Amino acid sequence: MLKVENLHVSVDGKEILKGINLEIGTGEVHAIMGPNGSGKSTLSYILSGREGYDITEGRVLFNGQDLFEMSVEERAWAGVFLAFQYPVEVPGVSNIYFLKAALNGIRKFQGLAELDAMDFISMVKGKMKDLDMDEKFLYRAVNEGFSGGEKKRNEILQMSVLEPTLCLLDETDSGLDIDALQVVAEGVNRLRDPKRSFVLITHYQRLLDYIKPDYVHVLAHGKVVKSGGPELALELEEQGYAWVDEKLAS
Amino acid sequence: MSASNENLKNMIGQEYKDGFVTDIESNSFLPGLNEGVIRALSAIKEEPEFLLEWRLEAYRHWLTMEHPEWSFVEFPKIDFQDISYYSAPKSMEDGPKSLDEVDPELISTYNKLGIPLEEQMRLAGVAVDAVFDSVSVATTFKDKLAEAGVIFCSFSEAVKEHPELIKQYLGTVVSQFDNFYAALNAAVFSDGSFVYIPKGVRCPMELSTYFRINAANTGQFERTLIIADEGSHVSYLEGCTAPMRDENQLHAAVVELVILKDAEIKYSTVQNWYPGDENGLGGIYNFVTKRADCREDNAKVSWTQVETGSAITWKYPSVVLKGDNSVGEFYSVALTNNYQQADTGTKMMHVGKNTSSTIISKGISAGHGQNTYRGLVKIGRNAENARNYTQCDSLLMGDQCGAHTFPYIETKHPSATIEHEASTSKISEDQLFYCMQRGISAEDAVSMIVNGFCKEVFKELPMEFAVEAQALLGISLEGSVG
Repeated sequence: MLKVENLHVSVDGKEILKGINLEIGTGEVHAIMGPNGSGKSTLSYILSGREGYDITEGRVLFNGQDLFEMSVEERAWAGVFLAFQYPVEVPGVSNIYFLKAALNGIRKFQGLAELDAMDFISMVKGKMKDLDMDEKFLYRAVNEGFSGGEKKRNEILQMSVLEPTLCLLDETDSGLDIDALQVVAEGVNRLRDPKRSFVLITHYQRLLDYIKPDYVHVLAHGKVVKSGGPELALELEEQGYAWVDEKLAS
Repeated sequence: MSASNENLKNMIGQEYKDGFVTDIESNSFLPGLNEGVIRALSAIKEEPEFLLEWRLEAYRHWLTMEHPEWSFVEFPKIDFQDISYYSAPKSMEDGPKSLDEVDPELISTYNKLGIPLEEQMRLAGVAVDAVFDSVSVATTFKDKLAEAGVIFCSFSEAVKEHPELIKQYLGTVVSQFDNFYAALNAAVFSDGSFVYIPKGVRCPMELSTYFRINAANTGQFERTLIIADEGSHVSYLEGCTAPMRDENQLHAAVVELVILKDAEIKYSTVQNWYPGDENGLGGIYNFVTKRADCREDNAKVSWTQVETGSAITWKYPSVVLKGDNSVGEFYSVALTNNYQQADTGTKMMHVGKNTSSTIISKGISAGHGQNTYRGLVKIGRNAENARNYTQCDSLLMGDQCGAHTFPYIETKHPSATIEHEASTSKISEDQLFYCMQRGISAEDAVSMIVNGFCKEVFKELPMEFAVEAQALLGISLEGSVG
């Protein structure tokens, strides 16, 4: 589904990603772990098309297509979804309006008719129930005045409504208490599907207690320094990121 | 002839490139303004003596006045001798013969706004034989209004049919000496709308200039007078979201609202006159005096305006809160794009006891647009327990535009409560990226964010108007991102 080849990225002349290689197959769940400043969030922004980064080398193929040839919206329409670390507030725009505009944008791209308003509302309400979200959220402005946990839940709600094929979750676990973390993780697990892939970007192992990854990659100093199965996350948790540095040094 | 005159002249009495033909007809006045012109105008309109005198007083006073220079707008000096002050309503034959002859850009905008074909033809001034739907709508609605005792007609008609009401109320809110443009309007106004809601009547429908047939040629000096008698209620809609082309560059209208005891007027405007092209050429100058007089106790008035058109907008819908417990509200969205300029706001004059006012102003500047909020809240000597809440928010798009705020507060009573909040913000990269990452295109995202910003004002508009206004903002901002 996603193939990252020798990706080099700089910001203001400073190299952040120094030759990333990754291959994510359809239906797989990959966790990318690493210390602060290792370039984890940069990777998620690059994949979703945020401006302000210089791609100096390498390429990314998404279902065989050159991802860098696609605009931000085109990537979204094609099924790339980023759950933001810091979801953005859009004052005055209700959640339901936002969701509907997003879904219809994607449906239009897929050549589907706009969803009937009644069908849309009942579909969304069903998904909110699963995420233990009050229906009142639909009529509140997007993320405005939401608590950290509410914002993250809202991201997962959007994900489940838009049904993307590649889900990038950027530190979705940060700022969540254990109950909220469980709800969010359940929401993600419900979306696991042989046709859908996930990239979980996280600092801590605890998210992976709830969402079992197929593969774990350790990102440090702009490079994937180690890849392995779920056991690698546990190893990291025990040894800490200093262990990565030691291994690099040796 | 100076450049400015030439500019004005280009707008008047010449052929439009998009097919609006404005040949000077035999029954139009030659350019120029003097007492003879006013007498002739009044005679053609068969006005009573008192109205002619009123016009002449206004004119004589206007001659002594200087053009005001205090606004934050710039435009070349206007030569008032270079304007024709009367032209008979044009016959349909002068218009384009079909929509094919109309500027395709205009048609494309109509389509985006979802305006039906017959309506497009009416707006574009296409000559047609078929009877429009709007005519039949207007007829049924006239019957319904008559049943309720509501008078809703053109100003000229009111002068003929109800001279006593005109005599009693004309100029009692905005006197014929009020300001430069109000005096000019009083001297030469061509036509406009008149509404009278009798005691205790709740107007059975929203009154819209849009449906008032024969409203097409009210001209550049329009005059509106609305009287809400005791305990009555009316909602009045002015303007249209569809872009209106007009050969007159200068528009100086006057709107007077009289609200008696326990009555209420809700006045909504959507103004979308030709703003000029993207280089700032052409476009309407819209210099309006609008004022409401809450003359008796418990009177209430609410102004809601969405201003997206005109090259220059210069207006302050105001309220005089004379009656005790009277309420004034002002909700405004003003958008300036390309080289548009807007200097707009309100005046809330608290005179009576326990009066309250609310001001919500949203200014959006894009391109090289300049947007100014100017407001006055005045609490008089006897205005015990007066309250005001003001909120002015500005949204900037790009780095070539400007937002300016001039709030004035004068209070002469210690019990007054006045709150003022102001903010200036930009559409952030984060917001745009977030929306786009969800599959919403950049233009839709901007339109969505801007509409969210204006929500508090839009919710004051009647439903259909609000939907149209949202679409309009999106269209007005097209091309302002990227």
